[in-house]
Amino acid sequence: MSGIAIVLVILVAFLAGMEGILDEFQFHQPLVACTLIGLVTGHPTEGIMLGGSLQMIALGWANVGAAVAPDAALASVASAIIMVKGLGDGTSTDPQTAIATAIALAVPLSVAGLFLTMLCRTIAIPIVHFMDAAAEKANFRGVEIWQLLAIGLQGIRIAIPAAMLCMIPAEAVTAMLQAMPEWLAGGMAVGGGMVAAVGYAMVINMMATAEVWPFFVLGFVLAAIGELTLIALGAIGIALALIYLGLKDLAKQGGGAGGGSGDPLGDILNDY
Amino acid sequence: MAEIKLSQKDRMSVAWRHQFLQGSWNYERMQNGGWCYAMIPAIKKLYSSKEDQAAALKRHLEFYNTHPYVSAPVIGVTLALEEERANGAAVDDTAIQGVKVGMMGPLAGVGDPVFWFTVRPILGALGASMALGGSIVGPLLFFFLWNIIRMAFLWYTQEFGYSVGASIAKDLSGGLLGKITEGASILGMFIIGALVERWVSITFTPVVSTVTQAEGAYIDWASLPAGTEGIKSALEQFAALGPNGLNVEKVTTLQGNLDQLIPGLAAVLLTLLCCRLLKKGISPIAIILALFAVGIAGRFFGFM
Repeated sequence: MSGIAIVLVILVAFLAGMEGILDEFQFHQPLVACTLIGLVTGHPTEGIMLGGSLQMIALGWANVGAAVAPDAALASVASAIIMVKGLGDGTSTDPQTAIATAIALAVPLSVAGLFLTMLCRTIAIPIVHFMDAAAEKANFRGVEIWQLLAIGLQGIRIAIPAAMLCMIPAEAVTAMLQAMPEWLAGGMAVGGGMVAAVGYAMVINMMATAEVWPFFVLGFVLAAIGELTLIALGAIGIALALIYLGLKDLAKQGGGAGGGSGDPLGDILNDY
Repeated sequence: MAEIKLSQKDRMSVAWRHQFLQGSWNYERMQNGGWCYAMIPAIKKLYSSKEDQAAALKRHLEFYNTHPYVSAPVIGVTLALEEERANGAAVDDTAIQGVKVGMMGPLAGVGDPVFWFTVRPILGALGASMALGGSIVGPLLFFFLWNIIRMAFLWYTQEFGYSVGASIAKDLSGGLLGKITEGASILGMFIIGALVERWVSITFTPVVSTVTQAEGAYIDWASLPAGTEGIKSALEQFAALGPNGLNVEKVTTLQGNLDQLIPGLAAVLLTLLCCRLLKKGISPIAIILALFAVGIAGRFFGFM
C-alpha cells in the first residue's frame, strides 16, 4: 500500500470508529466502510463485494440499551484491510479467496472490537465528570471540548488497529486470529447471543408496570409464529395499544356517568 | 420584558448537535454528555446569567439513555419546556427530568425495533444484494436512503416535540403526555416481548435420547432409484416423514424438548433474570461479562 492510501485508510477507520458509537451516518456499516477502503486502495469492486457479504452477516447487529453488539466498525475496517493486503502483494491469491478469508476473520474481529468499545465507554466516565466540573462554572467551551474528545477517542479506537494492520504482515494477523481455539470463538458467539437480553432488560425496567406486562407476554408468544414479520408484529402492537387506551377511556367515562365501579361483573354481584 | 423565543436557526443548531448524542456514551450516565452538548445553543439563548447557565448545564447532565433517533421528539419537548421556564413559567427541574425519563424508555422500545431491526436490515439487505455483484449502486443506495430518512426523521420529530411541548408544559400532570407514554409503553413491551423471542438466542446442545427408528420411518438412502428419480423419491419421502426421516436414528435434543414446551423459554427466563439483577443494582457490564463467561464455559464443556 502506498503512503497516501495508508493515510486515507486510517481516515476511513477514524470515521468508522466514530460512527460505531454515534450510529448516525452509518460509516461503520460494512457496506459503506469496506467500499470506502476498497476505493482508496484501488480495489473498489472487491471492497463492494466484501461489504455486501459482511452486511448480510451484520444485518441484526445493533446496540440495544447498554448492551454492545459485535463491533461492525472493527470487523469491516480490519477485514477490508486484510483483504486488500491479500490482493495487493500476492499473485497467489485470487479475489474470491481474499474475500472469503476476510469474511472468516470478520466475526472474531467484531468480538475483539467489542472489548475496545467497552473500554472506551468506561474511559468516558471520567470524561463526563470533567463535563460536570465545566458545567459548574457555566463553561460551555469545556463541555463541548470534552464531548468532541470523547468522540475522537472512539475514532482512535478503530484508527490505531487499522494503522497497525497496515504495517504488520497480513499472515501474522491471520495466524494470530486463527490460533484462537474453537471453544473461545464459539463461546464468544454463544455469549453474544445471550447478551442482547441485558439491553432488553434495561428497557423493560424503564417501562414495566403491572399494567403493561401482559403485552410483553403477548408479544413473546406471538413472535414464535414465524410467518409474522416484525412489521406485522408492530402493527399488532399499535392496534393493541389503541384498543387498550380506547377501552380505558370508555371505562373512565362510564364510571363518571353511571356511577358504576368499572367492573361489570362486580356491579352484577353487588346488585344481586 | 419581551419573551425569549428559540428561533428556527437555534432549533436547527440543536438538531445538528443532537447527532453526536452518543459520542461520550458512558456506563455511568450513558448519553448525558451528548444530550447536554446538544442543548448548549438553546441554553446560551435562553439564560443570560452565569448561575442560570450553570444550573441548566447541570440539569442536562443527568442520566439519559434512549435510541439516538427517537430522542429527537424528547429534545423537542425539552426545548419547549426550557423556553417556558426561561420566560417565568413554573417548570421545575423534576418536571424536566420527569419528561425526559418518562419518554426515553417507551421511545427506545419503539426506536430499536423500527430502525435497527426493520429499516436498517431492509435497506442493508437491499444494498448488500446489489453489492454482492460488485455494483457501486448498492452502497450508495444504502448510504443516501438511510441518511435522508434519518435526517428527515430527526428534524421533523424534533419540531413536532417542540410544538406539542408547550401544551404538555401546561398540563404536566396528565392527559396527553400520560396517554402518549402509556401507549408507547404498551407497544414497547409488546415489541420487546417479541424481540426477546426472536433475537436472544440460547441453544442447549445435550442429546436427551437417540432412538433407532422402525423401517419406513426413515429414508432408505441405499435403495433409492438412481439419478434424478432418486432425488424426486427422496424429496417425496422427506415431505411425508419430516426432518426425522433423514437419519436412521431419531435424535432428541434438550433444546428440541424445550421448544416443544414453548419456543424461547430460556431466552425469556434469562431476560427476567437480567431485569431482577439490574434492579438489585448489579452493573450491566458485570452481567455482560458473566454471560460471555457462561457462553465460553458452555462451549468448552459442550452443553451450549
